[in-house]
Amino acid sequence: MEEKKIILDIRNFSVSFHQYEKGFRKTELAVIRNLDVTVHEGEMVAVVGSSGSGKSLLAHGILGILPYNAVMGGELWYDGELLTEERKKALRGNEIVLVPQSLAFLDPLMKIGSQIRRGKKDRESREKLDRIFAGYHLKKEVQELYPFELSGGMNRRVLVSTALMGNPRLVIADEPTPGLHMDLVRRVMSHFRELADEGAGVLLITHDLEQALEVADRVVVFYAGTTVEDAAASDFQSEKTLRHPYSRALWRALPQNGFQFIEGVQPYVKNLPVGCPFGPRCQFYTEACKEEIQSREVQGGKVRCTLDLHTGR
Amino acid sequence: MKEHLIFTGKKVVRMALLLFCVSAAAFILVSVSPVDPLQANVGQAALGSMSREQIEKLQEYWGAESPPVERFFNWAKDFFRGDMGISLLYRQPVSKVIGEKLQNSLWLMMIAWLSSGLMGFLLGVLAGFREGSILDRIMKGYSLVMVSTPAFWLALVLLMVFAVWLKVLPVGLSVPIGMEAGSVTVLDRIRHAVLPAVTLSITGIANITLHTREKMIDIMESDYVLFARARGESNWSIVKNHALRNVLLPAITLQFASVSEIFGGSVLVEQIFSYPGLGQAAVTAGMGSDVPLLLGITVVSAAFVFGGNLMANFLYRVIDPRIRRGGAWG
Repeated sequence: MEEKKIILDIRNFSVSFHQYEKGFRKTELAVIRNLDVTVHEGEMVAVVGSSGSGKSLLAHGILGILPYNAVMGGELWYDGELLTEERKKALRGNEIVLVPQSLAFLDPLMKIGSQIRRGKKDRESREKLDRIFAGYHLKKEVQELYPFELSGGMNRRVLVSTALMGNPRLVIADEPTPGLHMDLVRRVMSHFRELADEGAGVLLITHDLEQALEVADRVVVFYAGTTVEDAAASDFQSEKTLRHPYSRALWRALPQNGFQFIEGVQPYVKNLPVGCPFGPRCQFYTEACKEEIQSREVQGGKVRCTLDLHTGR
Repeated sequence: MKEHLIFTGKKVVRMALLLFCVSAAAFILVSVSPVDPLQANVGQAALGSMSREQIEKLQEYWGAESPPVERFFNWAKDFFRGDMGISLLYRQPVSKVIGEKLQNSLWLMMIAWLSSGLMGFLLGVLAGFREGSILDRIMKGYSLVMVSTPAFWLALVLLMVFAVWLKVLPVGLSVPIGMEAGSVTVLDRIRHAVLPAVTLSITGIANITLHTREKMIDIMESDYVLFARARGESNWSIVKNHALRNVLLPAITLQFASVSEIFGGSVLVEQIFSYPGLGQAAVTAGMGSDVPLLLGITVVSAAFVFGGNLMANFLYRVIDPRIRRGGAWG
């Protein structure tokens, strides 16, 4: 297999918020720290983390649509060049696209067709949308509907269609299948898989490891704002090939692996422990875990742990 | 179609009930008022020098003898036939008095209503679009001060500044004093309407600005604006395609609902500028126990305000696709 080009490279990315506590004391709340993700062309990478771990902020950070009181750190590289705010502005909606999680992200008072065309009425955009809709077996009349008139089966395809109006090279799907039936999830996921197979990089942000494993090439495990492991999807076939204790805990929590859960809850960003955020819930917790932990490359993946469970080192 | 008929039918019944209740309430209030119609209109001295027969005749004219309930239903019966009665003070049919006064007031209220609606909407959209900016803070501060300012006080201040000190605008009335009705120009009328209309607008603008701003902030924080931004839409495109569309609906409701505020405000403002409009006539009728005129004005104003709200409801059904096309929402 030839080496694919890296389309997105996120290095040591962080997002924090300015907050005013009890009146005037300004504090910084770090919601994401030490996040590393790379996406190659034609590759589908899933960032998996539980709800409330700040996953959506990653998507917003890449697109440059974080709220004004958010501060970003680290580096974003897109197509071999640093992704500056100006570049984000120029690329978003065209080369870098977001597929939102629900119809709430569509303007309730604008018809589907003109909304997807971003208000454009020229022949080229009309024809392009007609082609996209035909590709997803959506009738042309759907363009004349308002978002509230869409049926459950249609709205996923409509949301994915929004991504195709540009020429996407990087598709970010933020929790694209919330609360859907597994059959429908598979169908939606297949749309993203198609996009990846056509050459775009797909970054799937989800809380559902099971659906991520169905389609993704690689899985990045995200815990309390930090990426703890970066592994090939095939590594999840067995617990033994996983590197981080949290990944293993997630694996054991899958239905087919016994539905086991571990004690405790993911800490709130304000009360994060020093060092490894998973430490207090980890059976291998040692003094060494209380320091800043660097990411290590192990067996073709990456892990942020003092101990590599895969090799035992 | 059937839906629209049911909708209209319901509204008509509601309007009839409302008008009945409002006129009954107004009637009860005048009936229990301590103002003696004879004394108020003839004067203490004149009343003293009248003969008993004359007083009885007058009492009959004012209808002070018959029981209140009977009087009310007599009035209601005639009103239903289209006869609003004769104003006791103006000695003219009530409908004619109201027609004249309403013309003066409408002109004033239309200016205030349109300008407060347009200006308020524009300022609210601008302020809400850039929440926290200097423009927004100035606008918000100004609006809050203006909303808390009583209209009559504002009217007095404007009167002092523009009519008394600067002498650029007339102190009051709707036409110049001592001028023949035929030689009054449109310019004269406008000059006389400026101060009352501006007073009415200023408070109205502030109110609408604050509401529109609030709604605009909600929209700018909504998921669909975030997504529009993620799709590379420019600020202008977001305002044009999404913000205006969504802010227009509540703005329309607000605009038609504000008819009542303009109507209420006009009573005070007309009083201060001695502007011979409906508001001033209402005050005169109330103070002078001119029951037919007062009831007539009450019913007409209630119908106006109700009409305003009805229009808002109706436009909403026409404009909002969720109500127009999704029956379940209506």
